[in-house]
Amino acid sequence: MAKELLKGNVAIAEAAIRAGCEAYFGYPITPQTELLEHMSKRMPELGRTFLQAESEVAAVNMVYGAATAGVRTMTSSSSPGISLMQEGLSYIAASEVPAVFVDVMRGGPGLGNIQPSQSDYNQVTKTAGHGDFRPIVLAPSNVQEAIDLMGLSFDLADKYRTVVFMVLDGAIGQIMEPAEMPPMRELPTERPSWALTGKKNRGSKNIVTSIRLGAQPLADFNDVLQAKLAVIEANELRYEELYTEDAELVIVAFGTAARVAQTAVKRLRKDNIPIGLFRPISLWPFPYKRLGELADRVPTFLSVEMNAGQMIHDVREAVGRNVKLDFFGRPGGIIPLPEEVEAKVRDMWRQIELATQIN
Amino acid sequence: MATLAFQQSEEKVLKPIEKLVYERPHALAENHTHYCPGCTHGIAHRLIAEVLDELGVQEKAILVAPVGCSVLAYNYFDVDGAEAAHGRAPAMATGLKRVNPDSVVFTYQGDGDLASIGIAEVIHAAVRAEKITVIFINNAIYGMTGGQMAPTTIEGQVTTSSPLGRDIAATGFPMQIAELLSGLPGTVYSVRRSLHDTRHIIQAKKAIKIAFEAQLKGLGFSIVELLSSCPTNWGMTPTDALDWVRDSMVPQYPLGDYKVVDALQTKRGAR
Repeated sequence: MAKELLKGNVAIAEAAIRAGCEAYFGYPITPQTELLEHMSKRMPELGRTFLQAESEVAAVNMVYGAATAGVRTMTSSSSPGISLMQEGLSYIAASEVPAVFVDVMRGGPGLGNIQPSQSDYNQVTKTAGHGDFRPIVLAPSNVQEAIDLMGLSFDLADKYRTVVFMVLDGAIGQIMEPAEMPPMRELPTERPSWALTGKKNRGSKNIVTSIRLGAQPLADFNDVLQAKLAVIEANELRYEELYTEDAELVIVAFGTAARVAQTAVKRLRKDNIPIGLFRPISLWPFPYKRLGELADRVPTFLSVEMNAGQMIHDVREAVGRNVKLDFFGRPGGIIPLPEEVEAKVRDMWRQIELATQIN
Repeated sequence: MATLAFQQSEEKVLKPIEKLVYERPHALAENHTHYCPGCTHGIAHRLIAEVLDELGVQEKAILVAPVGCSVLAYNYFDVDGAEAAHGRAPAMATGLKRVNPDSVVFTYQGDGDLASIGIAEVIHAAVRAEKITVIFINNAIYGMTGGQMAPTTIEGQVTTSSPLGRDIAATGFPMQIAELLSGLPGTVYSVRRSLHDTRHIIQAKKAIKIAFEAQLKGLGFSIVELLSSCPTNWGMTPTDALDWVRDSMVPQYPLGDYKVVDALQTKRGAR
């Protein structure tokens, strides 16, 4: 298929459909509404399920219902809506049914605004709901990558029977870029063995539940869940590096912030400043190990985020206390300019050179 | 369980014949329930299971259990089952039914679950005319958490969170769910029945059957509200509790048919 000029939100919706999404439930919220609108047109055309729920609370529980029936199911929302979905997220994780969520993040806290932001980093990677679970979180930095990660999200959700988040911001959701769509995948003809379909032809009933009343059974289940998360942590790390081989200062950034940082890095390299870029694509699992390896050699890091400093805590955990870690962030729905990132790095580099001269 | 009945043959000889008068419905699992002695959940479960058997839909039935005393209801039915978050059973049932359109999906919800925290979900399921059936257990109290005031608690009723009796001025009025949902075009069947004596139990079963038939015919949203007893949290003996349903609940919650669409009417009126 050839490249077309595609709008982020629409491309993501179509990519989900082509990945075999059979049921979508959602609620309008800026800046992701085009995704829901595309679904409202395309899903009925294909004889699949689209439903605009009365709230995000209802939407996530409809997702839960359809997911227990064993079909590829998703919803999309933006930050305040994801807050409302936390109840369902916890139940879905505890029931071990696959479900895919897209969070087109906006500025917070509160009603905040509708500008591009990365302020849900902690919410999606660490506190997606009550209890001990974590969703897989994938963060694209352009429309093509969002299309590709959408298909991967469904595959990973099915593979691990877990919640998968794709997180982006309004900039990637709204931008139009040349990108290529994957072909339409065939829908499976059978449901998984655990799915709720009615007992027909199965002999025994299936139960999907998140309640485990005894302390030991719940502890045992937590062990199973943690073991599964450990497998995900070992196998599903994704990241990208630019100029890190000889870098003495490395920017860590994801999504749109990484894209901005990349422009700054390329400019700084022209001035022979030995800078590199490390871009986590999987925010959970977070690539601690690879960043730690870099920190064995690289003395200075800079976390660039569109928030007040959330991923920086994971970067610190990865790089340890023996390296310098600085932060540049714009909360409130502001995309930093490459010039701002560049100025921050030049300032850091000047101090590094000054310190070298003094020593 | 079989008993022996005697029939006189033409030869005037008494011959024993086996006549089955009582057995466990197939849709009811061979499990002991955890419900308190005297609680009417067991009766409601059995009525539903009998109806599923009679309609021949056990193999395509899916139960969505609530949060509350009946949180483990899926253990007591031999059908596929899910356990919803508190109040969200109609939303979960919506998701299940939309991708399993040939199945028979029903929720079983108490008054805290349906009338309080889940009122938005049940109203919008009815608004959308979801082809699901809701069995609503109204016992005027939060059972599982130990007897707090519910939206259905009647005026003056003492609960652990209305120790001086429910004060309407401060806490609002008892909620009439069957009447409320009957006002929505997507609702095709909304009735209230009671489980306080045999006659009313038989009427309740008939209503449950019609509610499932409404779903099988693809007509829309159906709900049966069942007035039920909670001897433990009411602080009564099981028999006193049944009398309290009759004497205190029925006047507040009149039994009757609040919505029966024409397609469900028989020549004798609503069955």
